[in-house]
Amino acid sequence: MNSADILRNVADNPHDYARSLKDHGKSIIGYFCSYTPEEIILAAGLHPLRLFGAKDDTGTADAHLQAYCCSLVRGALSDVLSGRLSYLAGAVFPHTCDSIQRLSDIWRLNTTFRFFADVVLPVKLTTESSRLYLEDVLRKFRGDLEEGFSITITDDDLRSSIRTYNSIRSSLKTLYSLHSRRGLPGAGDLNAFVRGSMVLDRVEAANRLSDLVETLTGSTGSPSSGKKVILAGSVCEHPDIYRLIERAGADVVWDDMCTGSRYFEGLIDEHGDPLVALAQRYHDRVICPAKHSSVRSRGDNLVNLAREHGARGVIFLQLKFCDPHSFDYPYLKETLDKAGIPSMLLEIEAQLPPEGQLLTRFETFTHML
Amino acid sequence: MSTPEKDKPKKFRAAKRMREIMTEYYIDAKTASQTGKKVAWITSGGPVEPLIVMDVIPVYPENYGAMIGASHMGGDLCAKAEALGYSTDLCSYARADIACSLENGGPIGGLPRPDMLICCNNICGTVLKWYEVHARYFNVPLFIFDTPFCHTEFPDIARRYVRRQLDEYVAFLEKACGKPFDQARSMEVGRLSLEGQRLWQAVLDSAAHKPAPMTAFDAFFFLALIVTLRGTKTVVDFYQELLTEMNERIEQKIWAIPNERYRLLWDNLPVWYRLKWLSDTFAAHDACLVADTYTTAWCGSMKYIDENNFFDSMAEAYTRIYLNIGIDEMAETIFAMIDKYQVDGMVMHSNRSCKPYSFGQYDIRKMIQDRKGIPCMLIESHMNDERSFSESQTATRIDAFMEMIKQKKG
Ligand code: SF4
Ligand code: SF4
Repeated sequence: MNSADILRNVADNPHDYARSLKDHGKSIIGYFCSYTPEEIILAAGLHPLRLFGAKDDTGTADAHLQAYCCSLVRGALSDVLSGRLSYLAGAVFPHTCDSIQRLSDIWRLNTTFRFFADVVLPVKLTTESSRLYLEDVLRKFRGDLEEGFSITITDDDLRSSIRTYNSIRSSLKTLYSLHSRRGLPGAGDLNAFVRGSMVLDRVEAANRLSDLVETLTGSTGSPSSGKKVILAGSVCEHPDIYRLIERAGADVVWDDMCTGSRYFEGLIDEHGDPLVALAQRYHDRVICPAKHSSVRSRGDNLVNLAREHGARGVIFLQLKFCDPHSFDYPYLKETLDKAGIPSMLLEIEAQLPPEGQLLTRFETFTHML
Repeated sequence: MSTPEKDKPKKFRAAKRMREIMTEYYIDAKTASQTGKKVAWITSGGPVEPLIVMDVIPVYPENYGAMIGASHMGGDLCAKAEALGYSTDLCSYARADIACSLENGGPIGGLPRPDMLICCNNICGTVLKWYEVHARYFNVPLFIFDTPFCHTEFPDIARRYVRRQLDEYVAFLEKACGKPFDQARSMEVGRLSLEGQRLWQAVLDSAAHKPAPMTAFDAFFFLALIVTLRGTKTVVDFYQELLTEMNERIEQKIWAIPNERYRLLWDNLPVWYRLKWLSDTFAAHDACLVADTYTTAWCGSMKYIDENNFFDSMAEAYTRIYLNIGIDEMAETIFAMIDKYQVDGMVMHSNRSCKPYSFGQYDIRKMIQDRKGIPCMLIESHMNDERSFSESQTATRIDAFMEMIKQKKG
């Protein structure tokens, strides 16, 4: 398999891959959000695995969660309760939204993995005190891992992990730019590469991505003829969406997603105290709506992204029952309207709406652009 | 379901006084711009005492939300918010309040314009987003008091962070008000706040008497003062009066439910637009909702307050509040309430508006059934959006639940 196939394959079959890693003696730590300091998990010699949650067969979660809970949380809980995550050594819950917060409680009380940690990050990321607290939280997490696995995580371990992550993130960004400029790789592939990088062994991921950058930089592509759009929202793990957007005559040239630019934007300073550098990255990164920087930063960022990448429209992709994203939507839309950038909202549950219906919606939107 | 006139509970004397106080308070707030006072909008769980010290009038969109709900305006306002693009799955306090601000609607002609916004996320992440909306709309300074969630602990690093923010809060207020923070006054306000919380707890405790002189529905009503004016003498005097009245009722054997036979505990916020209906429905079964986890939250972290150093201890008291802790610790609190109020069953409001309060309820229910062996029922609604409520379905559930309790208790 070439690098692209490997990344696509693990993105599509994360459980199979995780089980095989475990069989090779790796301890696997599940996590949920792009604010998880995975760099520390990797530095501990453990394998961080992003959990996305089952999309069907989520019945086991019904005894613990009401119907008005987002599909990500419901899917993750049903995965763990029905034994589909039995390969985990533990899980980490960074503080994000109210739903993840309660998922943490329910998980802690209903599972018996070796390791469990809440990483209670600050919510506001605007002050010196919040940055110092964030450093403290990362230090505490390092200590939790050391204790939980009877290991020592040295600064050199952290530095080496940071280098790996910088390599992953800058390659992903380069691939995004290549797509935006030359249409290669395709938008759906990019999404699979990002998700694959959250599953695959990180050193291997870094190598595979560099390999892709090298191969694709040399190839001659041409930008897609579709109208350029930006995808904005939480997570997208539906390759179909990209395919349909393409069929509708548009091309996702960039995004503001957890499974996209929010994951790779912002490199970590490789010199100095590694934890301080790490804290700095999470403090300065483009925020997700569950965090606070300035009250207008997300809207400004979106408009800038659209301008920078020549996008003519924005497609919002949100999970139903997701409070943080739903709260920001009216303001983001208004900000885009004022900047003359049309947008559409697609609210999805675990399963996508029928293909025909989706395609029509995308087509209607594309025609408007 | 009407109660015969003679069995109707006697009105509380204090209710009239409370209405007067609230009216005065809202007049004060609404005329602030003429009297030169500043107005801060603040979340219900936020540290209000420093505002009192600075003579800033605290205004509570959540209290206003309750007013909207109780006056059955929630559905319309929520629909307006939806037209503005806010999802119907969001907290109905937030939806209704945002609609009021943006569309100039709502009871009492809307809230007075804020000079500043104080958002403490110890109750939920919703308030953060909600206050960001207001900060953009009113274009006034927003202070976020960030209280790390205490799933299993309140570590020193969190204590340090929150304590630092108290200083930042004071600096923010000094700048906004253009005057220094008066430490001596702060001590006095702290003393009054604690005293108010003690009295509120004592009022609620009076329902531990069997039969109870008050119900949770009364608590929902009398709650407004400890929320809004905590730290003032008005609150202390008022709850003193209310407590006296409770004690008189106990002496004179005036019970909230004349033939009280069953005692129930309520969980989560009230269903604001069906208070009377719910109260009558349970009363018809001779069931008294003697206590609730919601109104108790405003005195629940007294144990962390240091009387001699109120200011510093606010860090812990405001972080370790009921909604900012893990569900196992919440369950412990409920167990203690079940014992204290001698409860026969639990009514859980599964509140679509409030995810941090509602997710975890199923696990808590199981813990209660295992540990305390009492029945629990669930009522589902959006607490402030009457369009989401099914009266007939709820009535059927209540009947079935009461039947179970009757069989168990006889
Ligand atoms: S999709 Fe929204 S509600 Fe669900 S976990 Fe993510 S932020 Fe929370
Ligand atoms: S009801 Fe719940 S979600 Fe709404 S403001 Fe209150 S605590 Fe937050």
